[in-house]
Amino acid sequence: MGNPIRQARPHVTRNEGLIFERTSPGKSGIDMPPLDVPAVSAEDVLGADLYRAEVDGFPEVSELEVIRHYTRLSTWNYGVDTGLYPLGSCTMKYNPRINETVARLDGPATDHPYTPASLAQGCLKILAETARCLAEITGMDAVSLQPAAGAQGELTGILIIRACLAERGDPRKFILIPDSAHGTNPASVTISGYEVRNLKSNARGCVDLAELDRAMTDEVAGLMLTNPNTLGIFETQIRQISERVHAKGGLVYMDGANMNALVGVARPADFGVDVMHLNLHKTFSTPHGGGGPGSGPVAVKKFLEPYLPTPTVEQSSDGTYRLSYDRPKSIGRVRAFYGNFGMAVRALAYILANGPAGLRQTTEDAVLNANYVLSQLKDAYDLPYDQPCMHECVFSDRRQAARGVHTGDIAKRLIDYGFHPYTMAFPLIVPGALMIEPTESACKPELDQFIEALRSIADEIEQDPEFVLKAPYTTRVRRLDEAQAARKPILRWKP
Amino acid sequence: MRYLPNSSAERAAMLKAAGHKSIDELFAQIPENLKLRAPLHLPGPLSEPEILEFFRQAASRSARDYVSLLGAGAYSHYRPVTVDALISRGEFFTAYTPYQAEIAQGTLQAMFEFQTLVTQLTGMDVANASLYDGSTATTEAVLMALRITRRNRVVVARTLHPEYRQVLETYVRQQGVEVAEIPYQPSGRLDSGALEPSLKDAAAVVIQSPNFLGAIESVREIAEIAHRAGALLIVTITEPLSLGILRPPGDADIVAGEGQSFGVPVAFGGPYVGFLASKEKFLRQLPGRLIGETQDAEGRRGYVLTLATREQHIRREKATSNICTNQSLCALTATIYLSLLGKKGLKALAEHNLAKTHYAARQLRAIPGMATPFSAPHFNEFVIRTPVDAEDLLAALREEKIIGGLNLESFFPELKNHLLICVTETVSKATIDRMVEAVRHFTTKPDPQSKAARLSTAPVGRHS
Amino acid sequence: MYPQELLYTKEHEWVRIDEAIATIGITDHAQKELGDIVYVELPKSGEHVTANESFGTVESVKAVSEIYSPVTGEVTAVNPKIQSSPELLNADPHGDAWLIRVRFEDRSEVDNLMTAEDYEAYIQQEKTS
Repeated sequence: MGNPIRQARPHVTRNEGLIFERTSPGKSGIDMPPLDVPAVSAEDVLGADLYRAEVDGFPEVSELEVIRHYTRLSTWNYGVDTGLYPLGSCTMKYNPRINETVARLDGPATDHPYTPASLAQGCLKILAETARCLAEITGMDAVSLQPAAGAQGELTGILIIRACLAERGDPRKFILIPDSAHGTNPASVTISGYEVRNLKSNARGCVDLAELDRAMTDEVAGLMLTNPNTLGIFETQIRQISERVHAKGGLVYMDGANMNALVGVARPADFGVDVMHLNLHKTFSTPHGGGGPGSGPVAVKKFLEPYLPTPTVEQSSDGTYRLSYDRPKSIGRVRAFYGNFGMAVRALAYILANGPAGLRQTTEDAVLNANYVLSQLKDAYDLPYDQPCMHECVFSDRRQAARGVHTGDIAKRLIDYGFHPYTMAFPLIVPGALMIEPTESACKPELDQFIEALRSIADEIEQDPEFVLKAPYTTRVRRLDEAQAARKPILRWKP
Repeated sequence: MRYLPNSSAERAAMLKAAGHKSIDELFAQIPENLKLRAPLHLPGPLSEPEILEFFRQAASRSARDYVSLLGAGAYSHYRPVTVDALISRGEFFTAYTPYQAEIAQGTLQAMFEFQTLVTQLTGMDVANASLYDGSTATTEAVLMALRITRRNRVVVARTLHPEYRQVLETYVRQQGVEVAEIPYQPSGRLDSGALEPSLKDAAAVVIQSPNFLGAIESVREIAEIAHRAGALLIVTITEPLSLGILRPPGDADIVAGEGQSFGVPVAFGGPYVGFLASKEKFLRQLPGRLIGETQDAEGRRGYVLTLATREQHIRREKATSNICTNQSLCALTATIYLSLLGKKGLKALAEHNLAKTHYAARQLRAIPGMATPFSAPHFNEFVIRTPVDAEDLLAALREEKIIGGLNLESFFPELKNHLLICVTETVSKATIDRMVEAVRHFTTKPDPQSKAARLSTAPVGRHS
Repeated sequence: MYPQELLYTKEHEWVRIDEAIATIGITDHAQKELGDIVYVELPKSGEHVTANESFGTVESVKAVSEIYSPVTGEVTAVNPKIQSSPELLNADPHGDAWLIRVRFEDRSEVDNLMTAEDYEAYIQQEKTS
């Protein structure tokens, strides 16, 4: 047996080992119905060469043990259901339960992707309607739901830019990315065959127009930016930015991760954006699931529609839906089938539940909540950009760092107060960042508790920084040795 | 709006405390000419019963009353209700990526179990915590091989899922990587004779097993040929239930695949869950999230995301991949499903699939004019050749409320009138018999009316 | 603070010159910035390295850094202890945790390297900028 848990914890749910450690030979968690066709000998049919007797080490447990094991594991997690989840740039909003119900209906949950179109009209309609709503929300002309996540959406968008410019005669070599960008941005660019050129932000944390002018040559295919940016600040000069990029023959890509500040209030199409992606698991309430699945649809202006991934969902004149494969200029496929259909179902349910008024109110609440938190914490934590924010605010640990305590430590101590931490150490342009995005899914009493917690921690750091450095104290495990995990990786259980 | 927890009074209080007079002040950063003047043209707001009604309407125009014999990368297996009961726990599905390990041990330990199960099934040393799906997992495997060998060509079996091949090409086109194809033999297996001469400077050979035509490949033989040429062998598995009774491809260097069979709904194509596993020596080239075991200061075992420096959020442009999300909840689904099945259940389920499919194949072969052209052993999918037009046959089966498999012609123009049929444990003997009867009836006495039926039901999946 | 007998690069490597052999490592400043070092990727003996180009990486829990060679030549030795104990780089960066030895010819390649004093001044300046 591997490393046993040496110190027991006081509740039965806390002493759970691995499923493999619960194994008892001969047990199973299912009963198969009797076989109604003649049995075949696998060994005979496949040959001794191909035949496998059994999978070594596979778990053998009863249904009850599976229920208890995973129920216990779940109690070690903190979810949006548990409480405020102020992770900046992640938009941890409520995941409505009705979304889960409709996603599980027979039809949407069970239709095979190769079902003939005549029998798949319901699913095709869901895809078409979701795309239409997202186009309306962004002001763009066409949407593909194929990319499986935001990062894939980015890749798709950059490939679209490449295809468009290549058709014009020169795909060019570089993509400009502000130094405040999310890490997926430069990674996506590299995979698309472009080189990254970093664009230094100005003192306000926004795109510096002079820098942009210097950097924007006819070797640059485009600019990839997030708006509002990762500091939660709106790029007020966005139209000028787009105009300058366009003037030199480049295209503008917008990372839509921060759409929760814009839905119903402003539309990226009006900013001059040519192509963008959305994160259904952020703005549109589909659950994060512990790290996926997500969905990263891409929205484009009309002139880029031909390059969208294949197939697209089209509606014929008789009202029926079909998949269109005849797309000679398409960049191809970024994944098999049509995308994370189940997430489109959930996003559409969210949009329907809100309607235009609800979506706008959601945006206003998200921005209000963030500004409330900003106003109540700015005397306790350093605010590098002292101005109203949009849906998220960014503090720095400068004051606390003077006492030897950093953003990571403050985050750990926040756990002891019952909250999930904010996003630490991002964006990179703010040293020791604390990025807080409450979203609209937080009411005032809870925000007050959160504010109180951070203020209390600031006091603790003044009185007894050592104490804060060793947090958290109240969790099932304390701080884990990440260096050991990386030096001597143990990535699987072994008997 | 019921999802918004603040009252007007609370909003007013916060606005005041933040020092603003109106909500408009908070949007002052947005230039006036960019602000929307009117509400968006969107449906809603709908109450909960109305939302249910909307989707029920959509669900009524579906194939839910049909039996489907479609496989081809997405498989209909029975989903034990325990799976949904557990993944519906809010702590699992509403949690974020487990960056704060102390309050995410549930997700982390479950992903560690997933990684373990994948290595056990595939015979590899290490596995990551999942990727988007089988097509992107296969692509990531190729990108790995390109990095490891520093070569610029890849050789791909024609019998790799055609849509997986398309995804691969989209990803590597930019990097000037050549993708060459190896045909299949009459048995349905890879033409290994054609393989050797094509391997000069190849980074990897990519095969699928069981392949798109259902044939199980001879992995050892192909591995030997690949390794002699200095190329890596990548094996993709779209139906990993086959690993319940099939020897794992231990001679491969990298194994990629699709885990949807393990409790993840078919859901019109997604979300699914890709897996990627490799030999130990390639560990640091593995993209995606990795969960490792470690300890806290008091000696308690715990789990953390590790080797993150390969990933995008630290390496940025030098990252091994641009993947951010894995498919955590789907990986959890697979973990719970496999834990329920266990060693015995997995084997029994695989045996049931094998038995059903062989029964169906035997019955169909007995119909005059029908043939199963590929002689290689198969698991739960096989190809039949029909003496009549395949579309007409499918239309006739639809009248029996049966979706009779995939017409291969759109993907394989040389396989006119060939159908790919998948029979899982969910198809009863009575249904198989009914299907066989309908096929027998149609092929020995075709209905002239059916041509009209064919024209109005253009199938999904036709493309190049 | 920094050993006098070594020379230093702007990318935070140190070099010791013994006739035609250059021994290369990373400085104390570098290991502090990186944090707990978990993995090092180095070339093999016999491989070629080029001045001002990366020859490997040093990886910590939170970052990966390229390591640059100040000289052009052939790798004659690779420190056998480093692969199994990367933490040595945190413990003794200027001594026991040397990384590679290179036989080089062009002496001018080391002409512009910094002395210990220059390097200390350089780090100070980097901190405040």
